[in-house]
Amino acid sequence: MAMPLFLLLSGCAGWQSALDPQGPHAQHIASIIWLFIGVCAVVWVAVMAALAFALVRRRAERAEPLRVDALREMRASRVILACTILTAVTVIALTIVSYASQRRLFSKEADPVSLHLIGHQWWWEVRYEDGAADQRFATANEIHVPVGRPVRLKLDSEDVIHSLWVPNLAGKMDLITGQHNELEFVAAREGLYRAQCAEFCGFQHAHMAMLVRASAAETFEVWRAAQVKPAQEPDTAEQQRGRQVFLSRSCVLCHSIRGTPAGSTFGPDLTHVASRQTIAAGLLLMSRGNLAAWIADPQGIKPGVNMPLSDLAPGELDALAAYLMALK
Amino acid sequence: MTAVTAQPDRRDSDLAEAELAGALTMIWRTPAGFYGWLTTVDHKAIARRYLVTAFIFLFLAGLLAVAMRIQLSGPERKLIGPDLYNQIFTMHGSTMMFLFAVPGVQAIGIYLVPLMVGTRNITFPRLIAFSYWLYLFGGVFLWISFALDIGPDIGWFAYVPLSGPQFSPGKRADTWAQMITFTEVASMAVAAGTIATAFKQRAPGMTLDRIPVFVWSMVVTSFLVLFAMPAVMFASSTLIMDRLIGTHFYNPAEGGDAILWQHLFWFFGHPEVYIIFLPGTGIVSAIVVAFARRPLIGYLPVVVSLIATGFLSFGLWVHHMFVTGLPQLGAALFTANSMLIAVPSGVQIFCWLATLWEGKPVFRTPLLFVLGFIVIFVIGGLTGVMVASVPLDTQVHDTYFVVAHLHYVLIGGAVFPLLGGIYYWFPKLTGRRMSERMGIWNFWLAFVGFNLAFFPMHILGFMGMPRRVYTYQPEMGWENLNLAATAGALLLFISFLVFLINVLWTLRAGEMAGDNPWDAGTLEWATSSPPPPYNFSYIPVVMHREPLWASRNELPAVGGLSVRRREVLITDVAEAQPQVREASPGPSIWPLLSAIAVTILFIWSIFSPWGVVWGAIPVAAALIGWFWPKDTPEDEE
Repeated sequence: MAMPLFLLLSGCAGWQSALDPQGPHAQHIASIIWLFIGVCAVVWVAVMAALAFALVRRRAERAEPLRVDALREMRASRVILACTILTAVTVIALTIVSYASQRRLFSKEADPVSLHLIGHQWWWEVRYEDGAADQRFATANEIHVPVGRPVRLKLDSEDVIHSLWVPNLAGKMDLITGQHNELEFVAAREGLYRAQCAEFCGFQHAHMAMLVRASAAETFEVWRAAQVKPAQEPDTAEQQRGRQVFLSRSCVLCHSIRGTPAGSTFGPDLTHVASRQTIAAGLLLMSRGNLAAWIADPQGIKPGVNMPLSDLAPGELDALAAYLMALK
Repeated sequence: MTAVTAQPDRRDSDLAEAELAGALTMIWRTPAGFYGWLTTVDHKAIARRYLVTAFIFLFLAGLLAVAMRIQLSGPERKLIGPDLYNQIFTMHGSTMMFLFAVPGVQAIGIYLVPLMVGTRNITFPRLIAFSYWLYLFGGVFLWISFALDIGPDIGWFAYVPLSGPQFSPGKRADTWAQMITFTEVASMAVAAGTIATAFKQRAPGMTLDRIPVFVWSMVVTSFLVLFAMPAVMFASSTLIMDRLIGTHFYNPAEGGDAILWQHLFWFFGHPEVYIIFLPGTGIVSAIVVAFARRPLIGYLPVVVSLIATGFLSFGLWVHHMFVTGLPQLGAALFTANSMLIAVPSGVQIFCWLATLWEGKPVFRTPLLFVLGFIVIFVIGGLTGVMVASVPLDTQVHDTYFVVAHLHYVLIGGAVFPLLGGIYYWFPKLTGRRMSERMGIWNFWLAFVGFNLAFFPMHILGFMGMPRRVYTYQPEMGWENLNLAATAGALLLFISFLVFLINVLWTLRAGEMAGDNPWDAGTLEWATSSPPPPYNFSYIPVVMHREPLWASRNELPAVGGLSVRRREVLITDVAEAQPQVREASPGPSIWPLLSAIAVTILFIWSIFSPWGVVWGAIPVAAALIGWFWPKDTPEDEE
């Protein structure tokens, strides 16, 4: 057991770890986790010590199995009773601790940033819904939040059940068809945190990640202001051609780019796609090469994904990638 | 009874020992030949089939586990794609739960309960025969579907809407749902027979407080089966209806409810864990007593704990649903209940420890597996306390932490005792004792392999690795622990190969064991190894909880059962006072024919609703044949 224990102590920091909390909710749960691990370790060691002693204890051979000492039997029964009471007290105490922390974790904070998160096979639709209608916008697979302010996520699903899990910030909550759930968290520090779908949702459940960018309030507002704007107009001839390709091919059937005629909401909103860190729900880093590769062969990169193969000439693919990369 | 000549019936008490054995063999034996093999109603023959079939499914599902572990041994491996991987993990879970674990533990019960309570056959033996065929056909149906690439790919829990008509077109989800119906009908049939045997066919004098703990564990398990299985059969049948005839049980758009499925499934799914685990504890109690060389300390607390666990197990299901957005206070009640079940489990462990402490342990393979069970299961139980807490569970739910937890509970809590039980009772089944040397290798490979495979998964769960992913990205930093887990899984698989070799070698050349090789105290050791078709020449009379230890030289017995027809002695539930001699059914082909008819109905009905209508006709015909009244003399008081 020594080796796993070492791994436990050393290996749990990370950008998707429940034991590397970056906000009060996750911090609180992590302390509960360590408390339970501590109690359980003590219990396990005690039971193992009793077992080991029971096995190595010196005693006489038992030729006659039914010959027992009534006094010792009585004593053994008392010990069993005492252990049982101790067990009951322990689990009752843990239940109370658990319930107290439940009340704390699930209490609602005032003045949150509100987001609407909609699960799809296999990507996350994000809608910022605070403020007037012209302040609202949609994005995908990445959310930005201000540090220190509560974030309230309204969770829905368009297809099957998904589950949002940002272990560094909070526990998980399911996105259930026909039901509205909510999750609140606060990011205490600036940083980039990874979220992943935790409820089996079909083919590409493994590749349904999302990034949470926590930044200072001013940075967040700058980002928000940029996201509200319609898409950038193409600067170069290649980008112009890329937009033509986008609007004349099958892309437009699923995606929207605000400021252009493309308005479908079946796939992720691409208005500011190049401002995001990743492509295909956390699968590829955002770069022109990756973007072109993704458009050229989505089924090879993410088998089963709902994005179809589009029949583009090499020049068209380059132009399209150039246009999309300009959508900062 | 007066003049011997006028007596219409001959009783076992009328005959001398040798003549009696011949006469009893004549009426109780299974007819020779293939046809006889198909018609047998001997509980021992049926139990052997169940066991062999369940272990074949164990090896198949184990191979799938190895395949998954190799795929996950490094990031973004391309060995298995998502389509096949989803089928594989679904087949692994479904096979292990429905085709190995439940039938496996029930098989041990079918074999041992009649022997332990001192009767000649299980109650409703034809129903038990029927259940085996149905289980076999259901399991083969699932695996043939898998081989044809229509294996289910929706997880063993088949959550809607993913398993519904919109998101799982084709027949994959239906094969899963109908396999459930097959196996659950089978296990409910076994449960009915087990309960009736334990309650009504105990040897005279085996009062409630002299029933072996293993039999108690099978009784409680059987009640859990009877109350839990209907929920999942309702769920699977309504899922098929949603998929086939457009009902909307689980369609939120039409007033159905996706969460309803989870409630129904886990109302079954959590007791299911105890259906698998409680017989394991029964086996542990039997082995601890035999190898500590003394009676169990705390028989009453252990039995009460079994019953309490059974009751509590129906109040835990919501802890599988803590992140579905249920009301917090409601969830907290399920936290309390889930933690409370640690108390009866703890009581059992304390009683075993006390028994080992006060006894003089004899370290043979069966006891090794029991000790391994205690080490592993205590971890599984404690992580169970962890996942019972709502806040904690919101982090570890649906991660590899839960994969680790459930394998610690199920492999530690059920498979280790089951293997120990096989080593313990193998002499009774076959007359030969398994190799001790290979047994020790088997145990240590299994113990080390198991912990290497599953302990790292706890940490992976904390580190953010979700369950049911066919791969993961290199930047997650999960590859070292996954590689260790894969190495452990291979060791564990090798340990099962050692087990298989040990079984095959022992069958050919194992040391002859004799009736009671371990000098144990319960009734199954009173008869020969393997037992004759009629189990006992005379029905024993029980005056102690460990009858063979109490009556060292000769077991008191009672006579009076017929040697002209199959008869068992019916006794009353509480005191086991003899009540009546009851005829016991002989071999029959009708259970097999009925199972074939039911199989046709079940499989047809996933393709067309008319399958239920027209398929009912052969079922009805087979059941009429089965229950056709025959002239049997009235039962005598």
